[in-house]
Amino acid sequence: MSQRFINWFKFASPASFYPLAGKAWPWFAALATAFCAAGLWISFFVAPTDFQQGEGYRIIFIHVPASWMSMFIYCVMAFWAAIGITFNTRLSGMMSSALAPTGALFAFISLWTGALWGKPMWGAWWVWDARLTSELILFFLYIGYIALTAAIDDPRRADKAGAIVALVGVVNVPIIYFSVKWWNTLHQGASVSLTKAPTMATTMLWGMLLMALAFWMYSIAIALYRVRAIILERERHTTWVAELPEMQR
Amino acid sequence: MSAFFAIVRRDLLLAARRKSEVFTALFFFMIVVSLFPLGIGPETALLRRIAPGVLWVAALLAAMLSLNRLFAADHADGTLEQMALSPTPLALLVAGKTLAHWLTAGLPLVLLAPVLGIQFDLSARSLGILMLSLLLGTPILSLIGAIGAALTLGLRGGGVLLSLLVLPLYIPALIFGAGAVEADMAGLGVGGHLSLLGALLALGVFFAPWAATAALRIALE
Amino acid sequence: MLTAHGLACDRGDRRLFSAVDFAVAPGQWLQVEGPNGAGKTSLLRIVAGLAPAADGRIEWDGQPVAQVRDEYHARLLYLGHAPSIKDDLSALENLQTAAAVAGRPLDEHTALTALRRIGLKGREDLPTRVLSQGQKRRVALARLLCSQARLWILDEPFVALDVAAVSQLCEILDEHLSRGGMLLFTSHQAVQLGGTPSSLRLGA
Repeated sequence: MSQRFINWFKFASPASFYPLAGKAWPWFAALATAFCAAGLWISFFVAPTDFQQGEGYRIIFIHVPASWMSMFIYCVMAFWAAIGITFNTRLSGMMSSALAPTGALFAFISLWTGALWGKPMWGAWWVWDARLTSELILFFLYIGYIALTAAIDDPRRADKAGAIVALVGVVNVPIIYFSVKWWNTLHQGASVSLTKAPTMATTMLWGMLLMALAFWMYSIAIALYRVRAIILERERHTTWVAELPEMQR
Repeated sequence: MSAFFAIVRRDLLLAARRKSEVFTALFFFMIVVSLFPLGIGPETALLRRIAPGVLWVAALLAAMLSLNRLFAADHADGTLEQMALSPTPLALLVAGKTLAHWLTAGLPLVLLAPVLGIQFDLSARSLGILMLSLLLGTPILSLIGAIGAALTLGLRGGGVLLSLLVLPLYIPALIFGAGAVEADMAGLGVGGHLSLLGALLALGVFFAPWAATAALRIALE
Repeated sequence: MLTAHGLACDRGDRRLFSAVDFAVAPGQWLQVEGPNGAGKTSLLRIVAGLAPAADGRIEWDGQPVAQVRDEYHARLLYLGHAPSIKDDLSALENLQTAAAVAGRPLDEHTALTALRRIGLKGREDLPTRVLSQGQKRRVALARLLCSQARLWILDEPFVALDVAAVSQLCEILDEHLSRGGMLLFTSHQAVQLGGTPSSLRLGA
């Protein structure tokens, strides 16, 4: 048991995580490409045209997985933040800051595709639907995290402050979601929901699942790639970085 | 506990010596609220409909104005270090400062709100609900704001950053607070809204001082 | 008894100092010297428990400070660069609130006696905004006179003081040491105090 424990902490050191991440990210990138190709093929050619919404509904194959990922990544960030605060490991802060831009990107994609879907379906680019509104607030939370960590010069302090923001945020996300839902029902908002509208055919579910996997793999690949860059930047004065083969050129 | 009251007393004394800061936020509240009829038009029915939202949003912004200074002065003159070295837990002292902030920045808004509500032709009953919702809601603003103020302590552009961090977290308080008044105007019960506000407040009182303290310790290092 | 073993401090990527050892026993004083930027203030902040050390440990009566934090802070008086004086409060109010926040409320008589002894007679009730830089330092130093703390950590206590105030401060420090107090301070000037002296050079 203790042996395993030590092994985990070994990879918490940037020096040993850097080569590991370097080996791993191309695999995840390849998986992302494969899943994405399969998912797009299903969503464009296999999934049947929806009799109510026509071809326009196909955007949910991007929209729904992107929303899932944006929420999931925030939870992962909060997880790293908790690890960072509890064990005071350097790597966890780097992981959080590597994940944040990807999370914000997915939140943005989700909003964008939501608007594109909304125009033909609802006749408006933006409807104050409970899910869309929560997604917008989640996007704000990402922006707040990124802005705060960018404003602090000392990376260690930035990590710790970011960890607090992420944790406070993750406590608030369910509260915000619940309150927005409450607000929405009170004001009789749009009754058509983005995910409930089409009755899910099995093929559609498969398409969505594959796209979600693709986004997932993409997030891991890009986060690992980004964390390598962050490690290099922060540890540039250490000897192990100076001894790296890519530094010899 | 005596240190807690000492810090509340000191911050109130300081606010009393610098009354202008308290009044600036109050006038800001008044002006923002008065701008809406000018922008929208004086139609009474419409004004009555938007009144809860307008008053609540203006209260959010006014309460945020003074957050910047919550810890900044203490940080600059070394008092924060002394607080961190006090045998009294720092979280308790932070709670004291938050209470003082609410007494000087939140409570005046609660007291002023009905006067401004009259401009929007709210009924006496709605005014009462408005005050009650602000009474429960403004402490939440101070508590969450304290976390933001501690996180942005001593940063460039701290004020703008603070609003970016804090405003999204204010949304539940805004929804339940303004919602309570709206529900009352629609003839629905307000118990649900107010109890949820109370729950948020209880949650905030419990957790916010700890989070703010953790953030302050980071800023002090 | 305060002991430090192998203290180190980082600022950004740079190591300010490392392997700093010292011990201060009752009646002893330690002067920390060194050029600007050597990390004197950082060392005092670390010892006071305001900042974490990059390496090493600090013990109070043989126990790690982290474990006896409350007890340690109850016996500690730290005066930093910033005098922690509120401009809008009078000297008396400043002294009393500072003591109350530190958990040791002060009655008015004791506070007034301290202010008069430090040379602020007749200025006790003025807002400190109108006092000079040196007088503000005196308000901060008046806290020493009201202090029951055994360990004093003072960052540049002699800065901005005139000759009379310097000798008065030395007198106060002497009294503290003769009562069995401990003293840790930074200063660029040579200081003559009673008790057992020692000094520590950073950045040598």
